Amino acid sequence: MAFELNGKTYETDEEGYLANLGEWDSDVAAYMAKEDDCDLSENHWEVINFLREYYDEYQIAPAVRVLTKAIGKKLGKDKGNSKYLYELFPYGPAKQACKYAGLPKPTGCV
Amino acid sequence: MLHTVNKSPFESSSLKTCLSLARSGSDVLLIEDGVYGALAKSAHAPLVTEALEAVRVYALEPDLKARGLSGDRLLPGIEVVGYDGFVDLACANDKIQNWL
Amino acid sequence: MYINRHAPCGTVYAVEGLEVVLIGAAFEQDVCMAFVGDGVFQLKQDQDTAETGMKNFSPAYRALGDYEVNRLYVERESLEERGLTEDDLMPLTWEDEDDDWAEKPSIHIVDRAQLSDLIEEQDILLNF
Repeated sequence: MAFELNGKTYETDEEGYLANLGEWDSDVAAYMAKEDDCDLSENHWEVINFLREYYDEYQIAPAVRVLTKAIGKKLGKDKGNSKYLYELFPYGPAKQACKYAGLPKPTGCV
Repeated sequence: MLHTVNKSPFESSSLKTCLSLARSGSDVLLIEDGVYGALAKSAHAPLVTEALEAVRVYALEPDLKARGLSGDRLLPGIEVVGYDGFVDLACANDKIQNWL
Repeated sequence: MYINRHAPCGTVYAVEGLEVVLIGAAFEQDVCMAFVGDGVFQLKQDQDTAETGMKNFSPAYRALGDYEVNRLYVERESLEERGLTEDDLMPLTWEDEDDDWAEKPSIHIVDRAQLSDLIEEQDILLNF
């Protein structure tokens, strides 16, 4: 699968995850979110940027439980809980946010 | 002749077999998991040290780096080469034997 | 317990095994890992695969603590046979929630007899 944006073609897997991590930019994230009827707010970006940093450091996309805990540690308890994260990303915080962040589907995600 | 070994000596007997059959004056290049055979202080070090008296032993640098092994961990006498060195060895020898 | 017996790069055993461990841990399975034979090379510090064109998955071992996989048993005899010491391994840690997030080491060096006892205690053993 693939989509076109700003005159460039982006390859994705069958679930819409970006095939090449290096091609990602913020326009890609915004485009993917828009396709899901989601407008990215500051709070969304905080999680997306966190995921990109996490991937950069560990070379994996974290499972939702690990993401929730790590967000809590970095951004505070009021953000490190499933309610907050599911409100931002109703399709599943790890799954949906990883997609917008250009990462592969999280390890341990069905 | 150039011999290449790509298996860890702990996993396979290919390094041992190679060194026992390689004629004096041969080149032996350790690649992929074969580079573990270059480690000093390893249980296989005496085997390789003995072989160094008769053959030249090389280890491929990108494969060493991939495994976190730096030059100072290797047996003295082993020469570290890059991909260009691999090509040079392949060209300098009339035959190549890959001990898979 | 996941028993890891293969070197990191030459085959896919190590990366596949790590993936299975992370998946299991994501589902809150109580898992531990043993590193024996060439498996101890998986934990070697400073792995840099850039020039080989392969992905470097060794940083993912550092995420194990986040997944609450914090019992990594490394066989002492396997290290010694390979001329390695504990200092050659990545310093892997986990944070203990019940102890004010104190950072604790995840790697435990055990001798062959201790590892044998640990293996005997397990309900399920998976080899990679």
